[in-house]
Amino acid sequence: MQPGTEFPAQTFRVTRADLVRYAGASGDFNPIHWSDRQAIAVGLPGVIAHGMLTMGLAGQAVACWVGGTASIVEFSTRFANPVVVPDDDKGTEIVVTGVVKKVLEDGLVQIDVSATCQGEKALGAAKALVRNQ
Amino acid sequence: MGRVYPPTPPYEVGREKIREFADAVFATDPVHRDLAEARAHGYRDVIAPPTFAIILSQIAGQQLVDDPSFGMDYSRVVHGGQTFRYERPIEAGDHLTTVMTVEEISSRAGHAFLTTRHEVATVEGEQVVTVWTRLVIRGEG
Repeated sequence: MQPGTEFPAQTFRVTRADLVRYAGASGDFNPIHWSDRQAIAVGLPGVIAHGMLTMGLAGQAVACWVGGTASIVEFSTRFANPVVVPDDDKGTEIVVTGVVKKVLEDGLVQIDVSATCQGEKALGAAKALVRNQ
Repeated sequence: MGRVYPPTPPYEVGREKIREFADAVFATDPVHRDLAEARAHGYRDVIAPPTFAIILSQIAGQQLVDDPSFGMDYSRVVHGGQTFRYERPIEAGDHLTTVMTVEEISSRAGHAFLTTRHEVATVEGEQVVTVWTRLVIRGEG
């Protein structure tokens, strides 16, 4: 992995059922992730995906790129725009891309990760440090 | 600021919980589901996806919601950012306990910004992962 290496984009389709599945698996039952009524009451356009679901999908993309999840030693992000998930069968799409930013002295590789939905940033300044295998 | 909460009761990491979480984040690496595959990679048992430790962070973070002296209104909380730094992957069979420290509290533009650090270790004392959770507590009005 050399600086500037770009990884193939990974696209994930996320529906309301995926939000319910993530809520159950993670234990995050915040109603903004399953109730339009409660999401709208706090000023959101509707139900949004858990930020940690988007980060989890980004983690899956990185694991694919680097040949396994165990290579990831550090992973961080800001949460930028909310990912609105409509109540239909199609849901929405999250596109994850990545590029090698630099190779550090200890052999770790920094990958800058981008995740967008409807052309807007879902994650900000996301990056993963991985072992070069 | 700098406040340290007591260690959480041990959380036993189960194989099926790892599989369930892996399904939820679309994780396809066989080391999350297949014991033989995990062992072939040198692990004792199946290993968790990299964001699994959010479960430990959330359990520890509940102490802030329950602490009357802290007075956090959960309905105003927005997730601002998240960091995981791993010593090793979380494995099924780990008994994990978390010590949470309030690392930073600040206020700007009417909102409060809170960073907590969560040191996750086995009950035997082996450090596994450090988690930083950054929350924004939106001001009223």
